[in-house]
Amino acid sequence: MQMATIELQKVEKRFGDSHAVKPLDLTIRDGEFVVLLGPSGCGKTTTLRMISGLEAVTGGKILLNGKDVTWNHPSERDMAFVFQFYALYSHLSVRQNIAFPLQAQGMKRDAVDRRVKEVVDILRIQHLLRVRPGKLSGGDQQRVALARALVRQPSAFLMDEPLGALDAELRESMRAEIKNLHIAQHATTVYVTHDQVEAMALGDRIVVMSAAEVQQVGTPIDVYYNPANLFVARFIGSPGMNLIKGRYEAGAVRLPGDNRYPVPAPWSSPLANALAGQPEVVLGFRPEAATVTPQGALSGEVYATDMHGGYTVLHVNVNENEIVHIRSDRQTSFGMGARVRFDIDAEMVRFFNPQTEAALRREAAR
Amino acid sequence: MSQVELKDITKRFPTVTALQDVSFSFAHGEFFVLLGPTGAGKTTTLRIVAGLEKQDSGTICMDGQSIDRRTPAERDVAFVFQQYSLYPTMTVYDNLAFPLRSPLRRTPEPQIKIRVEEAAEKLRIAHLLKRRTAQLSGGEMQRVAIGRAIVREPRLFLMDEPLSNLDAKLREALRVELKHLQKTQGSTTLFVTHDQIEALTMADRIAVLNEGEVVQQGTPDDIYDRPATTFVAQLVGTPKINLLAASRRDGTVHVRGSGLRVPASRYALPETFLMGVRPEDIRPDPQGPFGAEVTLIEPLGVETILHLKADELPLLSLVPGMAPQRVGDRIRFAIVQEKLHFFGLDNRRIAEERT
Repeated sequence: MQMATIELQKVEKRFGDSHAVKPLDLTIRDGEFVVLLGPSGCGKTTTLRMISGLEAVTGGKILLNGKDVTWNHPSERDMAFVFQFYALYSHLSVRQNIAFPLQAQGMKRDAVDRRVKEVVDILRIQHLLRVRPGKLSGGDQQRVALARALVRQPSAFLMDEPLGALDAELRESMRAEIKNLHIAQHATTVYVTHDQVEAMALGDRIVVMSAAEVQQVGTPIDVYYNPANLFVARFIGSPGMNLIKGRYEAGAVRLPGDNRYPVPAPWSSPLANALAGQPEVVLGFRPEAATVTPQGALSGEVYATDMHGGYTVLHVNVNENEIVHIRSDRQTSFGMGARVRFDIDAEMVRFFNPQTEAALRREAAR
Repeated sequence: MSQVELKDITKRFPTVTALQDVSFSFAHGEFFVLLGPTGAGKTTTLRIVAGLEKQDSGTICMDGQSIDRRTPAERDVAFVFQQYSLYPTMTVYDNLAFPLRSPLRRTPEPQIKIRVEEAAEKLRIAHLLKRRTAQLSGGEMQRVAIGRAIVREPRLFLMDEPLSNLDAKLREALRVELKHLQKTQGSTTLFVTHDQIEALTMADRIAVLNEGEVVQQGTPDDIYDRPATTFVAQLVGTPKINLLAASRRDGTVHVRGSGLRVPASRYALPETFLMGVRPEDIRPDPQGPFGAEVTLIEPLGVETILHLKADELPLLSLVPGMAPQRVGDRIRFAIVQEKLHFFGLDNRRIAEERT
């Protein structure tokens, strides 16, 4: 496999006055699996298409292994694109589909055969070689599309929601296959999805985008435990992070429903400093960071409880339809309308500035 | 609201039998979910209950009376579809009021106003009443569609995948709201979905449908903890249950392709069978009796999927939080014995022997 480091320097896409992608800096390291994640319209696909050369930039530079390829034709970038829709030739067999990019390069027959055999072994589709794509299941079609990308031995893979058209069950198993493939090949991969589960499961790093802008770049652990802002906190996780608006006063946050949350020590001075005179703050915690306990500092009324198979999610109305979600074990059961008290794991609590929406950072432990 | 019973409903289309002797009933105020893959017959069942489709045999009773000969309008059911089917040029208010203004009902306007405002309040769309529906987001449109069903105060709500066109976050939020609403209103609801999470989280009871037949009926706990067949076991739960070929020798279960052994005492097991283990019941444990290699790790935040290989046997394990393991690690693990599932080679559940 070839080396590929991809560097985006102030890359942007503008249409008149509006940005599809605001100036974006990002370095994708050789062998890294980077996921561009965000809701539809956030600019993730446009970014991928600019990397591939299918879309021209309106500003900035794209470097491949240090070489400026901003204005190179897609075919001169040595990157293979895998789409959500498989884009296979329906009149060719699976074998012909996979061999096509090599034959187009004029490669010798036995070399083609050898390469095709290699990739069909990896993807376990030997038994499908003579079949036409139309007869294949969605999963197998996507395997063939992956094989066709792989056979070229490109220096990087660009994937645009390759699992988006598959049903939930198949998506889960194909997700693991793509990750296995990446571990085996270690090829630089840029992968676009709107599905935060997919992003978490696959990415070495995740680039969270919203409204044409990068919100955070980080490992799955970073974006999950230390979201940079309210958008990331909400978007990552299912359900997302619980976020309640309150007022910081004398070492505690006053929350709706007469709740008062004493702030853990490492947070007192960041809260005092960062909020600089205005007391509004957003308290955040993941559903699994809360525990129902009679001694809990916070309280609310049970709005609904859901069984999720291995666990239960308790939805608690803290005040006037401000609902927080608490993940608990199956044994816990509460009737609708019951009052419950709960606590938040002091390690897992987060705070955000409601004006800037940015996360506050805790003081480092001494 | 009402109690509904389907008895031996069969429906044939020219080339397929869509439903074969489908029977189930649900009570007044119950949230009943039909769960199954595409083509299982869920929507056909719903359409037959609504009177939009006629069964070939069998009967449907509402509050003990057959409704087979009643027209859809006479059945007094409200249908919410996946597509919102609102009137785009009308305001939200007029969309909600529409069913009440029908010549069948002719509700006086002051009363319409009360009902519309009440429904809008419940669905948190009171601030949208003057907007045209074409200007609404998907989630708002589906709220209006549900609101239009609510204002009628029908005897029965029929919902056909109403959440599946929404994005994940919205689906999650609306799922909780819908459940809360159904419980506070006490409305009887028949809800169709292919999404197992929707079924588990919302239903009082579930009927699992496959290829036109009811495979299992029960509470979400029944379906998840005691799946009647391997089909049901694999349909609910993510990641999917581990289904392992096994045999019984000297009171011990031997799992094929691995050194996995568990006592078989509580079950009347045949010689060969399938053992099901949910991923959350495979727990990494330094003192565990079994060994495996970690082949893949999928961190999802709240939990992590570990792909393991015990000898030649691939297994999925689901652990809370971020797992400390790395690909290639050798780990020890334990299996939660009380939560094992056993199925015969006919794919039916083997019941635990009562002692």
